[in-house]
Amino acid sequence: MPFTGHRVWRGAVSFGLAVAVWQLVVTLSGVPRFILPGPWLVLQALGANATLLWQNALWSAGNLALGLGVGVFLGIETALLLTLSRHARWLLRPMLVVAQAVPVFALAPVITLWLGYGMPSKIVTIALVTYFPIASSLFDRLMALPPGLGDLSRLAGASRWRETLLLRLPHAVPGLISGLRLAVVYGPLAVLIGEWVGSSRGLGHLMLMANGRGQTAMMFAALMVLAALSLMLWVIVEALARWAARRFYT
Amino acid sequence: MEHGAFADWRMTAPAIHLAGVLQGAKATLIDLFDITLPGGEWSVLLGPSGVGKTSLLRLLAGLPCAARLHGQITAEDGAHLAPRVTMMAQDDQLLPWAGALENVTIAARLRGERPDPKRAEALLAEVGLGSEADRRPAELSAGQRQRVALARTLYEGRDIVLLDEPFSALDVVTRHQMQGLAARLLAGRTVVLITHDPAEALRLANHAWIVARRGISPCALPSPPPPRRIDAPDTLAAQADLLRRMGLTFPDKAA
Repeated sequence: MPFTGHRVWRGAVSFGLAVAVWQLVVTLSGVPRFILPGPWLVLQALGANATLLWQNALWSAGNLALGLGVGVFLGIETALLLTLSRHARWLLRPMLVVAQAVPVFALAPVITLWLGYGMPSKIVTIALVTYFPIASSLFDRLMALPPGLGDLSRLAGASRWRETLLLRLPHAVPGLISGLRLAVVYGPLAVLIGEWVGSSRGLGHLMLMANGRGQTAMMFAALMVLAALSLMLWVIVEALARWAARRFYT
Repeated sequence: MEHGAFADWRMTAPAIHLAGVLQGAKATLIDLFDITLPGGEWSVLLGPSGVGKTSLLRLLAGLPCAARLHGQITAEDGAHLAPRVTMMAQDDQLLPWAGALENVTIAARLRGERPDPKRAEALLAEVGLGSEADRRPAELSAGQRQRVALARTLYEGRDIVLLDEPFSALDVVTRHQMQGLAARLLAGRTVVLITHDPAEALRLANHAWIVARRGISPCALPSPPPPRRIDAPDTLAAQADLLRRMGLTFPDKAA
């Protein structure tokens, strides 16, 4: 059997192949380095600007963590509020539905206009972009209690509050997980867009600067760091998903 | 008695009076009926799928239901039915994320009462799952899951127990064991079982009715009290009789 082995090995082979193709394209086509630098040049840029990249990555990651935290927290609160209150549901559910169709990213310039170039505008943009997927996918699942469990709750004479806490919430954990999966994809995008729109720090800012000076390798290096950041978040959410699967729906 | 006295239920388990017409969304499901299910005994409503048995049971339990009853359901002692009713369905309705013990006490916790793990453990032991208290539903067999559901039903201590084909998804041997266990543990309460299986009706019923569109009519049952032996000649004869009344012809002409 040729296609076996540990997943780390598989990952290495898969990415090794991609990098090789990249190098091959660069070598064979002879594109200038300011259009497409080869992997080796990107690695060199990464090494030469390690401190700069690290400092700006920390800034972006800090914003990302805070924004995600706020978005996830508010998303969970909203989903719970809508589940518990019929009036809140009546008033806010249409907004939640419509917000799905609106590209919230488009608000980044407005938010920057209102809150300035600093941290607050980034946190608000990230929170806004992660809030809706969390709120709506958790809420959908909170409202989709299996009929059997609904009967159980009704026969027991449970209050809406206890029904939500003891039945709906554990049942909705997969909804929260799929919301988180979306949030960690949107989050880094929101950081980037927020910093592109206006910022004096962060990986997005570095990319803009590098782009303006024709330092394409540096741009790629910043992109790599952001990808690594996204990957870290993804690993965390996947670990959380595995734990939740064991705990809530084996 | 270890927990709760069976005698109490014999004294208090009320008869239930069901009368009226069961109306579906488009047509009448069950035409005019007027039956009394005696207190403290097993009443079985036998009928084919789709006839409206489950609707009837849901109305009895006070659960939402597509069909409407033009008539009334009352306890013969005049008290409200809803707070005295508990139900067990074909689907075990267990919480997949909770262990057997937590599943047994869920209704109490839903009401905000402090659960009594000692009593729940004793009930699990009674249904033969004494060493399975921490197991999740996924780690239990279908039969064991229904045993947990039975323990949960018993934990409620209600005097009216509604059974919505709770044994029909089980294999034949497990079903037989569960029927025996339920007959023993629910003795003395007013039990209403709906089923499409004449053999189950004959095994468990103190009283049985056939449910059909034209109404609900009583069935004669063999004289020994339930749970009856399924291999006794008069049980088998009664089964053939019930099948005939449900529309089967002998010898089978379908082939």
